[in-house]
Amino acid sequence: MTTAVNPSKADSLTGPELYLHMYRRMMMIRLFEEQVNDLYTRALMPGLAHLYIGEEAVAVGVCEALRPDDYITSTHRGHGHCLAKGASVDLMFAELLGKEAGYCKGKGGSMHIADPATGNLGANAIVAGSTGIATGAAFSAQRLGTGQVAVCFFGEGALGQGVLYEVMNMAALWKLPVIYVCENNMYNEYTHFSETTAGDILARGPAFGVHSEQVDGQDVRAVYAATRKLVERARSGAGPSFLLVNTYRYMGHHVGDVSREYYRSKQEEQQWKTERDPIRLMGEWLTSQSFADRAALDKIYGDVKAEIDSAVQFALAAPYPSPDEVDQDVYA
Amino acid sequence: MSMLETKGALATAVRELTLAQSIREALAEEMRRDPRVFILGEDIAEAGHPFKVLTGLVDEFGPKRVLDTPISEAGFTGVAVGAAMTGLRPVIDIMFGDFIGLTMDQMVNQAAKIHYMSGGKWKAPLVMRTTLGATRRSAAQHSQSLHAWFCHVPGLKVVMPSTPYDAKGLLKSAIRDDNPVVFFEDKMMYRLKGAVPEEEYTIPLGVADIKREGSDITIIATSSMVQVALGAAALLEESGISAEVVDPRTLWPLDEETLTESARKTSRVIVVDEGYGHYGVTAEIASVIQENCFFDLEAPVKRMGAMHVPIPFSPPLEDATVPTEKTVADAARAMCGAK
Repeated sequence: MTTAVNPSKADSLTGPELYLHMYRRMMMIRLFEEQVNDLYTRALMPGLAHLYIGEEAVAVGVCEALRPDDYITSTHRGHGHCLAKGASVDLMFAELLGKEAGYCKGKGGSMHIADPATGNLGANAIVAGSTGIATGAAFSAQRLGTGQVAVCFFGEGALGQGVLYEVMNMAALWKLPVIYVCENNMYNEYTHFSETTAGDILARGPAFGVHSEQVDGQDVRAVYAATRKLVERARSGAGPSFLLVNTYRYMGHHVGDVSREYYRSKQEEQQWKTERDPIRLMGEWLTSQSFADRAALDKIYGDVKAEIDSAVQFALAAPYPSPDEVDQDVYA
Repeated sequence: MSMLETKGALATAVRELTLAQSIREALAEEMRRDPRVFILGEDIAEAGHPFKVLTGLVDEFGPKRVLDTPISEAGFTGVAVGAAMTGLRPVIDIMFGDFIGLTMDQMVNQAAKIHYMSGGKWKAPLVMRTTLGATRRSAAQHSQSLHAWFCHVPGLKVVMPSTPYDAKGLLKSAIRDDNPVVFFEDKMMYRLKGAVPEEEYTIPLGVADIKREGSDITIIATSSMVQVALGAAALLEESGISAEVVDPRTLWPLDEETLTESARKTSRVIVVDEGYGHYGVTAEIASVIQENCFFDLEAPVKRMGAMHVPIPFSPPLEDATVPTEKTVADAARAMCGAK
């Protein structure tokens, strides 16, 4: 794991600070999700919680390669994408708890965080539901000449929904600046993807003339480097691409999915956690490069933990929306 | 061909346009007014749409603003939702209303909800134009009137023009609206002619129109059924019955006030809509009437719509599925029998 990413212009400009920033971002997502798990199991959070723990390097590696005004669409397992794109943890927690101060006034909840200020077109609870939206955002960017790129995050479960292939076809025909990021965490809910996915995932893109690559989703530097190339490609007018990111979901499909032995073994989970953890791998690399020592990494943990704790207190204390809010925002 | 006709018509002060021409003119005017407006759909550019509604638009606006898509209704509807959210104002062309099933997730779960789910932060200003109407001998998958499906969904607006004048004014308003609007055109009425002024005008969404004044019975009719209702009213006049014909023009928002005022005035109401009656538009409007003016009514509200069958191909079978001037007039006479 000591292979350095190809140094690019931006990398050389930012250097170790960028990598420490990525480490901090991943830690933020990890601790955010652990806190969500805690809130949920203490019955302080209503609804459903689909945790991103284990997949942090994907969101961070991709979003660090984007401009602030680039677009993303996200999924039901979307907290990590939203945070990586710049969402603040206090407004995220407030939304998850259904509070007025949340990103969507409490009307969207965990699965529907949206924020125009960070280019977040919205997390979507239909697995391929945002593929059209991301492609349409890329269409606008091309038509309006803004230079923006759209990233469409989706899980490998979305490979089963046809709208994905319809929009990939159009994106290729029209050379749209969209990147389809397929996070293969290996499980469509409670079913191993091999039981639902025929053929080769990476062969789907080339069938439409969509440039396709895959990358180790536990290596944030590799994800970042791969995404940077695809972003440059999209911005230069070369069209869409498909990035298969191989990763792993540590927790259940949602917080309530605790007895998982019928679809995967504890040994498998343990192996990913001990051998392939994206935060640990990045920490080891940072220390091996002398970009940080243990104390510096511990300080990052402490700072992030304090920020998360403060955000949770904010969200718990925040008021619910007034009942007369219920029929507001139905129509623009 | 029809562009010349349109230009010829424009030269006269009072002119008649077909429904197709009025729709084309509304699109052209809005595309000239607002560079963000564009059209996308199947066979709409050089082909000008199978019903030739869009003939000539690509010549003026080019293939980027009159954009031919693959036969991917769900996909290009989704692209339109994303484009609408990010600064454009797409007008989607769904060739036959029967194909809306393919677009439902994009319309119902995406377009209709993004404004609400985002706490009012995002909006999706798009128009979906599509068709309804039977009796074209097109069988069960090209003849349905499924507009009620969209009326059931908060966040969408549903427009049902019945004349060239209304179609033009309503379509311009739909394009300027900041919400997703579904615009249903009766494919059998594209050649229907009507007066359309040369001056620019719009018609607000949510305002019904009294197409014919009367005093004995109200016929509330939508889209394709407005002409049927007017024909029935003419038959009823011969029988000494004065029928008022009210066209809601938009099903959501629904102008309940105008509908109930007419019902109070005449005390008898028939609701005619080409969609299916069960759980449909006629059920909703009948319910609105009875909730608002039950004690003003002389008779239960009568509902008339498509028979609850898939639309058959064979002409005599198909003709039996939809209300006609005669069946509407007969129903009205029965309701006014005591008069």
